Amino acid sequence: MNGSSFAATRRDVLRYATSAGALIVAAPLSACSRRASDAESLDHGPQASVGAFVIIRPDETVLIAFPNPEMGQGVDTSLPMLVAEELGADFDKVETTQMPLELKFGDDGAITWKYASQGSGGSYSIVGQWEGLRIAGATARQLLVAAAAEELAVDAAELTVSQGVIRHEASGRERTFGAVAGAAAALEPPEEAPQLKSRDDFSLIGTPQKMKNARAIVTGKAIYGIDAELPGMLHAVIARCPYFDGVADSVNDSAARQVPGVYDIVKIERPPLDGPYGVQAEGYAVVAGSIWAAMKGREALNIDWNHGPYADETSAGFQAHCEELLSGQGQVVRDDGDIDAAFAAAASTHQGYYWQPYVSHAPLEPQNCIADVRDDGIDIIGPMQFPSSANRLVAETLNRDRLSIKVQVTRLGGGFGRRLSSDYVLEAALTSAAVRKPVKLLWTREDDMRHDFYRPAGMHHLRAAFDADGVLTAWTHRLASASKYYRRPNLPETDYWQAELYTDDFPAHLVDNLRVEYFSARSGAPRGSWRAPAHTANAFVVQSFLDEIAVARGEDPLALRLRLLGEPQELAYEQHGGPVFNPGRLAGVLRLAAEKGDYGAVMPAGRGRGIAAHFTFGGYVAQVVDVEVDADGQLNVSRVVAAVDVGTVVNPNGIAAQLESGVNDGLSTALRLAINIEGGRVVDGNFDTYQLMRIADAPREIETHIIDNGDEPAGMGEMGLPPLAPALANAIFQATGKRIRNLPIGDQLRA
Amino acid sequence: MVRMKINGEWRDFSGDEDMPLLWYLREDAGLKGAKFGCGIAQCGACTVHVDGQATRSCVLPVSAVDGASITTIEGLSDGETLHPVQQAWVDEDVAQCGYCQAGQIMAVAAMLEETPNPSDEDIDQQLTNICRCGTYYRLRKAVHHAAALRKEDR
Ligand code: FES
Ligand code: FES
Repeated sequence: MNGSSFAATRRDVLRYATSAGALIVAAPLSACSRRASDAESLDHGPQASVGAFVIIRPDETVLIAFPNPEMGQGVDTSLPMLVAEELGADFDKVETTQMPLELKFGDDGAITWKYASQGSGGSYSIVGQWEGLRIAGATARQLLVAAAAEELAVDAAELTVSQGVIRHEASGRERTFGAVAGAAAALEPPEEAPQLKSRDDFSLIGTPQKMKNARAIVTGKAIYGIDAELPGMLHAVIARCPYFDGVADSVNDSAARQVPGVYDIVKIERPPLDGPYGVQAEGYAVVAGSIWAAMKGREALNIDWNHGPYADETSAGFQAHCEELLSGQGQVVRDDGDIDAAFAAAASTHQGYYWQPYVSHAPLEPQNCIADVRDDGIDIIGPMQFPSSANRLVAETLNRDRLSIKVQVTRLGGGFGRRLSSDYVLEAALTSAAVRKPVKLLWTREDDMRHDFYRPAGMHHLRAAFDADGVLTAWTHRLASASKYYRRPNLPETDYWQAELYTDDFPAHLVDNLRVEYFSARSGAPRGSWRAPAHTANAFVVQSFLDEIAVARGEDPLALRLRLLGEPQELAYEQHGGPVFNPGRLAGVLRLAAEKGDYGAVMPAGRGRGIAAHFTFGGYVAQVVDVEVDADGQLNVSRVVAAVDVGTVVNPNGIAAQLESGVNDGLSTALRLAINIEGGRVVDGNFDTYQLMRIADAPREIETHIIDNGDEPAGMGEMGLPPLAPALANAIFQATGKRIRNLPIGDQLRA
Repeated sequence: MVRMKINGEWRDFSGDEDMPLLWYLREDAGLKGAKFGCGIAQCGACTVHVDGQATRSCVLPVSAVDGASITTIEGLSDGETLHPVQQAWVDEDVAQCGYCQAGQIMAVAAMLEETPNPSDEDIDQQLTNICRCGTYYRLRKAVHHAAALRKEDR
């Protein structure tokens, strides 16, 4: 998840501010639908959708559309807060809805966002929309105020706005938003850019707000991709080659075609080997009148799969391959100072090896998508993190004009990075194109788990050197893994490391001699971005290693971290989440978490308390984890206390929710999750062997403490996860004396 | 033919009786609240009440519910008044993506009928639905809150 690819340029923000005027206020519903249809929203979509940001209705309710896909990270509430703050709306009267994908031709002739960037990834939604959505809200307020000023025959400057009411203090007269919305809709937006509030004047941003769509969810009315429908649609499931890059040797579909309800069977070609993925695998789509008939049809298919070029790959073999690579010399991707001299001169040295397995995203809603490919255009409806990528992939593959492809994003039943890929969207489009009817494609859980883009597996080797005064003098981080950067256009293998090692991560700039080395391992398993990508692996190894060093040196693990981080300062950070890493802010969250979690207290036998902290995509999070391990090795994680610094806080309730989510995701993954590979294919297919955590293992107490320092806001979707596994491993060590170096923990604690 | 009462209304079904109830509810009856998560009774996203029992509808063939009374999330509330479990979910702001939550709510509503005052251990043992977003901390609080709301109701 590279931030720069979806960072709004200044030009985007300006364009978006000016276009904001044209789309903003509509009062009577007729006016509103006129403007909405101007944006060509999909009126047959599952939700009433609007192309505009704000619609103010005569009954004083305000409908705000959020541009970025909602997958549980809370943008259906936090992004509208940015608009509502500047608008001056009563947030209790705000309803929110997902904006469909809106693209246009830019001045340079290239496709660009029509209103705002529309991807969810890299914890970037709040960062990317922070300015633009506030401008949109402020522009709407300007229009409403201008309309009220005209009605009241006063100067607009004499009017104040609060909670949906525009007031003329001197005369005591007021107008509600709903009352002037119609008049405001007819006004041209003013030339001058609206004045944005200073942070001291925020009355909504920074206050805890509950999720806007809670009622729809608890009544079963929220519409996910799997719930969407188009009139006359058929259903499809696909039999895909289970072997990495394999193909069918023979296919007999005559029995499948006899299954009642089966309409057609469509071959989906596999993507070019060593080229970018479109779809992930060769497959045979069974198209039927109902989902059940499609499933029965798939069962009746008779296919002999060739085991493909990775037929010998196994999990154990891949791990051995990584170990073997680490015994040689890798690609040096950062080399500060003189590492060899520093190790030669060291008073003490330390090293450790750590292993991370492949893991699956497993969003609870399996992949699905509706496509209606017609000669005159294409409609796509489904759960996508990057609808614009889906639009581009379908346009390029089917050779269509991008603006003729309308994409409606539904609510996502989880994303975690899986739905950054658009393979399932393309499958639906190819199937629809073949049968010339709208098709709803559904993946079963087995399809999802065996055709994921897994979090890369890899083995890490860390070394550190200290001088006689206890100064850290040298640090090496060597990693052998199968990178998620591969099969990309114009990307040489010498760039693969960039997705797996962030060379400005701690302790870069804080140690004189630093070497980072990468070994590109061979694996057929498809890889992709998994929540907080490489930070999950790197936080685990670095923060575990620090604990090992502290123990070996007889130092307190917290004190060691704090002295290595040192004073606040701005260090260059070129990867996503930069341009600056401030070690003082990381020390700040460590101190706060330690204080609130009573880190360092003497623990009774069988109990342990561990600490870890990590800088992820611009956010700083530290966690203190409490564990109990009984005589049988039964682990119980009783409490997690976290401190979070993500700059200016938009929705503290949302921050706590995402922190809790990161803790549980991190714990679930550390406890039992690994994707097992045998014979060139994924063995695990469902939750019986891929055992996601249930409530019994979840910590009963989770505390979130927030430092709001007024800095630029960072997101919160991912940063709650990376510190959990190392803090857990450190707590386990304290409780048991066993050091977890290989994930998942599995039965390593069993006596 | 299979007859079943869904959210108080009798319905007839004359298709393939091997089809899981989940697909009947979602595709034929148009009740999309119960979700498909695993298809093998592991996750609980498809939980509905069959004669009052929390049941994972993804593995229950339609033939097994002949004559049964089925309640889905759409039929849980009393008109506009939310069921105490639903209300507790809103109050505690449990949902993230929300995909598991209809199943969680149905599981908890049934659990509270049997165990109106669940301890944390009861929750650990009886509530085995998966939440991939990891909402368990609030979910646990919401179960206790729902138990309290139910008592107030009486
Ligand atoms: S879908 Fe029925 S238990 Fe998972
Ligand atoms: S809220 Fe997303 S799976 Fe539970």
